[in-house]
Amino acid sequence: MPKLTIDGKEIEVDAGMTVLQACEQAGAEVPRFCYHERLPLSGNCRMCLVEMERAPKPVASCCMPVGDGMVIHTNTEKVKKMREAVMEFLLINHPLDCPICDQGGECDLQDQAMAYGAGMSRFVESKRAVPDKDFSPLIRGVMTRCIHCTRCVRFANEICGTSELGGVFRGEHLEIGTYVDKAISSELSGNMIDLCPVGALTSAPYAYKARPWELSKTESVDVLDAVGCNIRVDARGDAVMRIVPRLNEDVNEEWLGDKSRFACDGLNRQRLDQPYVKKGGKLQPATWDEAFAAIKAKADGLDGSKIAALAGDTVDVEAMTALKDLLNALGSKNMDCRQESSTVDPNVRASYIFNTTIAGIEQADALLIVGSNPRIEAPVLNARIRKRYLMGGFKVGVVGPNTELTYKAEHYGDDPAMLRDIASGAHAFGKILQNAENPMIIVGAGALMRSDGAAILAACKTIADATGMIKDGWNGFNVLQTAASRVGGLDIGFAPTDGGLDTAGILDACGDGKVELLYLLAADGMEAAKLSDTFIVYQGHHGDSGAHLADVILPGAAYTEKNGTYVNTEGRVQQGHLAVFPPGEAKEDWAVIRALSGVLGKTLPYDTLAQVRARMAEINPVFATVNEIQPADWQDFGPSTVGGGDIQSKPLKSHIRNYYMTDPISRASETMAACTAEFSGEAERTGTDG
Amino acid sequence: MSFIDRHLRSFLLAELLQGMWLTFRYMFRPSVTLNYPYEKGPLSPRFRGEHALRRYPNGEERCIACKLCEAVCPAQAITIEAEPRDDGSRRTTRYDIDMTKCIYCGFCEEACPVDAIVEGPNFEYATETREELMYDKEKLLDNGARWEVEIAQRLRADAPYR
Repeated sequence: MPKLTIDGKEIEVDAGMTVLQACEQAGAEVPRFCYHERLPLSGNCRMCLVEMERAPKPVASCCMPVGDGMVIHTNTEKVKKMREAVMEFLLINHPLDCPICDQGGECDLQDQAMAYGAGMSRFVESKRAVPDKDFSPLIRGVMTRCIHCTRCVRFANEICGTSELGGVFRGEHLEIGTYVDKAISSELSGNMIDLCPVGALTSAPYAYKARPWELSKTESVDVLDAVGCNIRVDARGDAVMRIVPRLNEDVNEEWLGDKSRFACDGLNRQRLDQPYVKKGGKLQPATWDEAFAAIKAKADGLDGSKIAALAGDTVDVEAMTALKDLLNALGSKNMDCRQESSTVDPNVRASYIFNTTIAGIEQADALLIVGSNPRIEAPVLNARIRKRYLMGGFKVGVVGPNTELTYKAEHYGDDPAMLRDIASGAHAFGKILQNAENPMIIVGAGALMRSDGAAILAACKTIADATGMIKDGWNGFNVLQTAASRVGGLDIGFAPTDGGLDTAGILDACGDGKVELLYLLAADGMEAAKLSDTFIVYQGHHGDSGAHLADVILPGAAYTEKNGTYVNTEGRVQQGHLAVFPPGEAKEDWAVIRALSGVLGKTLPYDTLAQVRARMAEINPVFATVNEIQPADWQDFGPSTVGGGDIQSKPLKSHIRNYYMTDPISRASETMAACTAEFSGEAERTGTDG
Repeated sequence: MSFIDRHLRSFLLAELLQGMWLTFRYMFRPSVTLNYPYEKGPLSPRFRGEHALRRYPNGEERCIACKLCEAVCPAQAITIEAEPRDDGSRRTTRYDIDMTKCIYCGFCEEACPVDAIVEGPNFEYATETREELMYDKEKLLDNGARWEVEIAQRLRADAPYR
């Protein structure tokens, strides 16, 4: 390990590190713009110049590998002068428009000009100007402000894997752009806004809305996909202004998908802010008491077997716990959190979580993707797969939709029958998996939602068993969930037991009149035809399709408005926190159910959030530890537990068609509607569009 | 001796006459009081009176919604909301000053990078109700239009010392 002296302090660092990293370790601050620890080096901003003894010139520390015996100075008069000079050069063409720049207040250039700049410029000639570029409905490009650090270009190439950005022209005329006028289509494009050290790339929906110093910042967890990205919710007053990622090496590193980042404007639209009761065929505003009374009138004397509940995709575990306890108290076992009837075994945790873990992907060396498009189902997880791919020696095979992934993948068609060949080793990829050290399989939620989902799950389990995916310290079997509430719901047991009905059963029973009271906990997207005669209680936060079916609407809180527990697809228990209060009369969801239980005469035994959480830990000990994964035991699941059946020859596909609209929040978002129009080509076209 | 002197002064009303003499002398000096509503004294160009939002000579409003005045205001009297205007420029949709909170420190004027918010020369804006002192953007721009000539003059006069 090389030893070097930094500012008179001797330090030993790992070989292969750069001088800048060594300086950081030694506690010496080195300013930088282009260097970013997750991106490849470029060394073009020159801000990190340091003085090295026996070197003829100052060295760019971000690109200089450490060597034994180096003597580095970062605080000499010469270094100070170099920094002032570099800063003066950077500011030559940077406009003085901080007052109208959205980056103002959180700008690296602003901060470093204050800390390391000379405070004046000798430049009297004309500044250059570059036309603004509209990169997408999400990113505004004010390119005059660009200092050509190329972080965005390297991010697009390395992390997104879409190579959409680049520099054209030379020297002073260099411009960052998309070559041709084209929107940046990556699902991770929003991260460029965070990466940009100046105000060249800023968030378009957030434009001019708030200043960083006005925002109250709350650390929370994203629920718009099942990765459980760690986020920070920035709110002003009673409105969420923006959502930005928070560092968590095990989950999202520091990235966040565009839907999770930009759908927050949907939180202010189409909200249910007071209870409604259907009177004379029309939903009328009501008070909480009236709404509860209407439910009581229906539920009184109703047999438990005629009551059922379904939980939606973004529900917190607390609410599901309360509803499960309430239904059990009412004598019903008909409940399911698998809204789209995916066939996993609720009793075997290993059958529905991402056992390898997201960070574990980096240890894998062969990957089979079945019926999933991770790029739109979990963009941040997909970035992790790409990261592994870039390390080399990683083979990816896809049985399912032939889509453009951000890494090289062999597509073997979309016939699910092939899974049997892979398991038996007759298929080429089966051999690759067998020969791999740490093979893994990702089964998409779309594959399990088919009527033959159980058979596909069984086939995938056979592949896992046959190719050595299950061994000490390695579990390569993964289900990629797409709903934030799914793993939590299954962990808490919000699933039918002892002959209770599952989602399909409940819907059929509603159609036959066997279930008369259906409680939808933020569950949308039901078939209206079957539910026409059922008394439906909808508890949720948005007036989406579920609320239209309802006879009674109870307004709940969205994920930014409550303290909730969520379990991501890996089985990691995480807690989100209240950033703003729910609108109007809406209340935290578990509290609504607790209040309803009192009206129905089955008072639930908890009054505080802590008591609900204690009850959760009592049901399933995984909820006792937050932010950690409890590895799931590999048990038998498949035909023996969830029923067999044959694999049908329908093509495997992802169940998400439009990445930008998957849940009530993103469906209510204007920004997401703009993205849908721009990217998916699914927006309705009329008139002269042809 | 002092005893006699004191009593003599007292009996001859010397102190009273001394005071009346002073009063009498002032009758022939120029008066310093003003007949206020009809006469007004001079104001410094730095006088901090009623706020106004200014416009450029072409009629474009100066304020760019940078919110520095809102941030610097020690009384938190200023409330601003902004969004892109139709032409894409950064403008306020709301600019309120609660004049009952304002302490007339002039920091907002100091912080403004475009000389948009200023404290003008007007100090005669007493109102009958408290609500009238909650100024909105329209009122402030209206003030700007009304006082622009004087405000511009004052800024010019004070510019060399800034």
